[in-house]
Amino acid sequence: MSGQGGGFLPMPLKHVNAVIVGAGAGGGVAAKELASAGLSVVLLERGKWYSAADCRKDDLRNQRTTVLGNGFGPDDERNPRVLVEGKRETIVWPSEGGYSNNAACVGGGTFSYGAQSWRYMEQDFRMRSTYGAVPGSTLEDWPITYADLEPYYEKAEWEMGVSGDVANNIFKAPRKKPLPMPPLPPSREHQVLLPAAKRLGLHPFDIPMLRNTVPYNGRRACMRCRWCVGFACETNARTGTHNTVIPAALATGNCAIRTECMTREVLLDGRGRSRGVAYIDAAGHLQEQTADLVIVSCGAVESARLLLNSRHRLFPGGLGNRYGWVGRNLQSHTYPAVTGLFETETYDDLGPGASIAICDYNHGNPGLAGGGMLANEFIRLPYQFMGQVPPWIARWGAEHKEFVRNAYRRTISVMGPVQEMPMFAARVELDPKVKDYWGIPVARLSGSKHPHTLDIARFMAEKAEAWLKEAGAAQTWRRMPGPSLSGGQHQAGTCRMGNDPKTSVVDRDCRLHDVDNVYVIDAGVHVTNGGFNPALTILANAYRASERLVNAWKGSRAHS
Amino acid sequence: MRRRTFVAAGISAVAAGTSISCGGNQAGWRFFTAEEARAVDAICEQIIPAGPHPGAHDARVVNYIDIQLTRHFRKHQETYRRGIAGVEAAGRKKFGRRFVELSPEQQVEILSDAEEKSKAFFELILAHTRQGFYGDPRHGGNHNMVSWKMLGLPSPPIRGRERSVWPGFFCPA
Ligand SMILES: Cc1cc2nc3c(=O)[nH]c(=O)nc-3n(C[C@H](O)[C@H](O)[C@H](O)COP(=O)(O)OP(=O)(O)OC[C@H]3O[C@@H](n4cnc5c(N)ncnc54)[C@H](O)[C@@H]3O)c2cc1C
Ligand code: SF4
Repeated sequence: MSGQGGGFLPMPLKHVNAVIVGAGAGGGVAAKELASAGLSVVLLERGKWYSAADCRKDDLRNQRTTVLGNGFGPDDERNPRVLVEGKRETIVWPSEGGYSNNAACVGGGTFSYGAQSWRYMEQDFRMRSTYGAVPGSTLEDWPITYADLEPYYEKAEWEMGVSGDVANNIFKAPRKKPLPMPPLPPSREHQVLLPAAKRLGLHPFDIPMLRNTVPYNGRRACMRCRWCVGFACETNARTGTHNTVIPAALATGNCAIRTECMTREVLLDGRGRSRGVAYIDAAGHLQEQTADLVIVSCGAVESARLLLNSRHRLFPGGLGNRYGWVGRNLQSHTYPAVTGLFETETYDDLGPGASIAICDYNHGNPGLAGGGMLANEFIRLPYQFMGQVPPWIARWGAEHKEFVRNAYRRTISVMGPVQEMPMFAARVELDPKVKDYWGIPVARLSGSKHPHTLDIARFMAEKAEAWLKEAGAAQTWRRMPGPSLSGGQHQAGTCRMGNDPKTSVVDRDCRLHDVDNVYVIDAGVHVTNGGFNPALTILANAYRASERLVNAWKGSRAHS
Repeated sequence: MRRRTFVAAGISAVAAGTSISCGGNQAGWRFFTAEEARAVDAICEQIIPAGPHPGAHDARVVNYIDIQLTRHFRKHQETYRRGIAGVEAAGRKKFGRRFVELSPEQQVEILSDAEEKSKAFFELILAHTRQGFYGDPRHGGNHNMVSWKMLGLPSPPIRGRERSVWPGFFCPA
């Protein structure tokens, strides 16, 4: 390959049926489904492919505690964004709050996530019909229902592997099959919280997890590390697209993955159809990958950015953005958290932590448009525990240290992802000035949370507090979210799925209304984001959208 | 040459932390001057003091901060330089002495003022002290895992905690 840098196009790459941008949750599943159906696929990922051997359990540099940087990308040197708060504009870096990072690596967020694998509830797909219009919010129904997604939830659970026991969750949407693996044996925290929930008349159950509790699919069972979420998994027991569907896609022989390839734009021909993508490869060369189909799976923020960066005579405001909806409705989850201090030790050093949940407050809360699930928190790192010290303890000196020493093994935190009221003004744009290392205009984030989201968060905090008190907490205290923009690890909503091209970006098949050979398959298409962690829904929808794409495919096939 | 510098620096108690931080300036520090390092060590020790259990000095928190100021925290160099100078100036003005020479009560008084008036610096050093004390020793602090031992967390965290629940359970040696 030519050693010439910037702007020089080396040898043209072989044309393929589909180029998928982003090897995360959505892109990983799409790669496997398309390649298995015989389409030739190139999967482009801006990050690296880490392995289980990268399990270094670095508590100051991982995907959750990023004081010394993100463990699994993107790096702070090359990837700025701009954050707008009121009149203030700041350049923010991936390890800083406000950046709204998820990850940049093969597996995307699923490489280092907590692996809670939730199905959304029936109401979560028709929030507008259930609660009516919420002033100031773009709350809407999905163009698909839970029933449309149910078979694909099941497929994700069985093909990738989910453990847990949801039998006691009387609020769950109808399901045909149980989960393929049992839950882990209960931790001490679990044993404290379980009877308390029952005494309160609640319906506690074991959180479904994309984590092997018994050997499954050729991978080992979880060995219960102290630290799990945010780190690589040493045993490969935790399930992401990097150790399931992506290797399966490669094994078909129809899919090639290229890492450290930063996609710059979706290319269009003279008639406004896509002809592929332009990207900058690991060596810094500009490459063109032509393809019959382009699938954008960069995660909510970066997918919007890529579409907006793909301008054309016919689409001067960016691809799919004829009506100005690309980048709108950026949402995530608002987390109220309550910590309880107990008289006796609740800590038993058995990871991963989060294990018990209730769905009693996801819906049907008086005067509120929704709610969220509540669960115990993952095992906290000693440094993370700093954030859980109550406000009445001195911030430094002997009192603080003594509190940490005394309380570390005697606290339980309960929290939950509140389903947010989407805001049209919460958005991703392109910054007019700031560019990244590759010269590509960066995402500019602005907006805030809807006030009703914060109402729901207060309600949820009360419920969490009541649960901890019933469990015997001598003292409880809250950490409440502020009104600032929500994004980050559960980012969603920026490429809304809908039937009306004037108020959405993609159709129910995740295809752009504007261009019939470009798809968005990731959390960006979520209309609303459920009161649950989003990964299983992203995976299930990717299975669904890929199946519809393959069924409609009339082009060539390598072999199927 | 480097070895000699290190031995010489080793005389001062603070510079014990430099056994990890080789290179850098005369005293073996990467960013701090020897005097700054002593001041930072004393500030950190007030933030997390020794008691029945070791404190920030024993954990070599100043070493963590020094290393990170030449790496991920490069952007904070100026804030530290000015912040330390500010604390020194305040000590001189109020008590006529350098920070390390003040009584613990006087040090707390100066730092309480800094918490109010020198927010940017104080918030940084507070966060960094916690990181250097409670964080992984690989970054230069938490020497001998003193904080993890205090919390009763057996090392290393990388291993699975559970070894017997599932028959034939994989457990790396
Ligand atoms: C620490 C952590 C804990 C989490 N815990 C949970 C949990 O317990 N349960 C749960 O449901 N969810 C959890 N999540 C969230 C979950 O991982 C995400 O919701 C999910 O991965 C999003 O899927 P996606 O396909 O939208 O995007 P991603 O998985 O983020 O994938 C997008 C990929 O595209 C790549 N990319 C972006 N732009 C470009 C470009 N221009 N060129 C090439 N490649 C590009 C990115 O590098 C990335 O790999 C967690 C996330 C993290 C980080
Ligand atoms: S706790 Fe289990 S799933 Fe998590 S990193 Fe350890 S072995 Fe992997």
